[in-house]
Amino acid sequence: MEESREWKKLPIAGLPYKLSLEYRTGDWRALRPVIDYSKCTSCMLCWLFCPDMAILWDGKKVWINYDYCKGCGICEHECPLGAIRMVPEGGE
Amino acid sequence: MASKYPVSKQILMAVNGDEAVAYAVKQSLVDVVAAYPITPQTIIVEKFSEFVANGEVYTEFIPVESEHSAMSACVGAAATGARAFTATAANGLALMWEILYIAASLRLPIVLAVVNRALSAPINIHCDHSDAMGMRDAGWIQLFVENSQEAYDTTIQAFRIAEDPEVLLPVAVNLDGFFLSHTLENIRMLPDEAVRAFLGGHRKVHKTYVDYLGKEVEVKLDPANPLSFGPLDLYDYYFEHKMQQIEAMKRVPEVIRRVNEEWYELSGRRYGDGIIATYGVEDAEVIVTVLGSTAGTVRSVAKKMRKAGRKVGIVRIRMFRPFPFDELREVLKDARVVGVMDRAISFGSYGPSYLEINAALSELKSRPVLVNYIYGLGGRDVPPNLVERMFEELLDVAKAGGTAERLRFLGVRGNV
Repeated sequence: MEESREWKKLPIAGLPYKLSLEYRTGDWRALRPVIDYSKCTSCMLCWLFCPDMAILWDGKKVWINYDYCKGCGICEHECPLGAIRMVPEGGE
Repeated sequence: MASKYPVSKQILMAVNGDEAVAYAVKQSLVDVVAAYPITPQTIIVEKFSEFVANGEVYTEFIPVESEHSAMSACVGAAATGARAFTATAANGLALMWEILYIAASLRLPIVLAVVNRALSAPINIHCDHSDAMGMRDAGWIQLFVENSQEAYDTTIQAFRIAEDPEVLLPVAVNLDGFFLSHTLENIRMLPDEAVRAFLGGHRKVHKTYVDYLGKEVEVKLDPANPLSFGPLDLYDYYFEHKMQQIEAMKRVPEVIRRVNEEWYELSGRRYGDGIIATYGVEDAEVIVTVLGSTAGTVRSVAKKMRKAGRKVGIVRIRMFRPFPFDELREVLKDARVVGVMDRAISFGSYGPSYLEINAALSELKSRPVLVNYIYGLGGRDVPPNLVERMFEELLDVAKAGGTAERLRFLGVRGNV
């Protein structure tokens, strides 16, 4: 977060003053899913199963929004074609 | 001063303490009641469900499957801006415990009637304050009443206190199980319109500024102005949010004093300054502090003893959370001995109010001797002769100038 507010300047009851979009949960990730587009048929199963809505459809292909992907690996598990591979962050 | 509604304009009813609470809720324009029955609170829920069945209230009544759900439903209701009420006792309150903290932290002005009862085991349905003391750190305002009239008055006041924009905290109204809940008493009720005017009609939801909406909005679940209640809050902001709760508690005594006075102008009834109620303390050598219905017995004994020239007094603590440190220090500072009665004990320690009063007096240069009396556990009776014996013991401590026996047990069989 770019600023830290003192307690008198926060909304009461623990209400967030920012949208959750501003919390980039992608930095929790240890393993990064990578799509092999030579195998992908755009079946959309990964899009359907992603619990963080971090897999998106741009009209032509699926892509992964790494700002919010936590690297859970469900997409790799669900892909029937083996087109998604989990790669260690900082490696390869 | 003449009250706005003199006795002749009030409704005289013979009810027990639970019914007194149910009638107060009936008049308070409550939107949602979610409750689960447990002795000795059952009559509140029974009576209120009759009002619902008869169409006498518009309240949404949710007969939930547990107390955990009762408080959860109240949290949900209050988060939409509704006025919510529930009631419980003992083990039911223990089952609510997790959600009690959530209600307070989300700053939801829920009112809860706690009909004080001992906690299991062994199972016991009678009065002590161990249930209420289990929630003392949950962030709730805790008020203890002496009789059913006060239960009625305080339940209505509780909505005003909880919803005050300076406060926004839930309130627990404590009434002693059976001694009050099941004992018939003549009480005077205000007409419906007087209660409504006192409460200012339906609940008004407070507003707060939310950056991402770029404006002040009502703090409630509303699709037009979406807010998240209770999301993840880690080491970066949790502490700041707790500071807001700590500060809100500091503003409570003033609001309770004000509401107590306003109620007095309306009904002719008030309870001390709303925080503590005293008798005979001005010149007292020995002062006893007590919570709840036992205050009646202690006061009548003190009256009798004062007539015989004994310098004794009593302080009834009506507001337990926030704890009235300053008020008690002021009233107790000149006594030689203070007997602190607790209808609960922290095992391995002392009674809860003893610890607080000890802290309140700690900064005095010359302080009274404090003696803690644990009494009435599991509903054990405290007859006047026992209270008189306690006063005599305390007068002996005053004469001796101190005692090694700081923790005593009133009315238990066998030597300690």
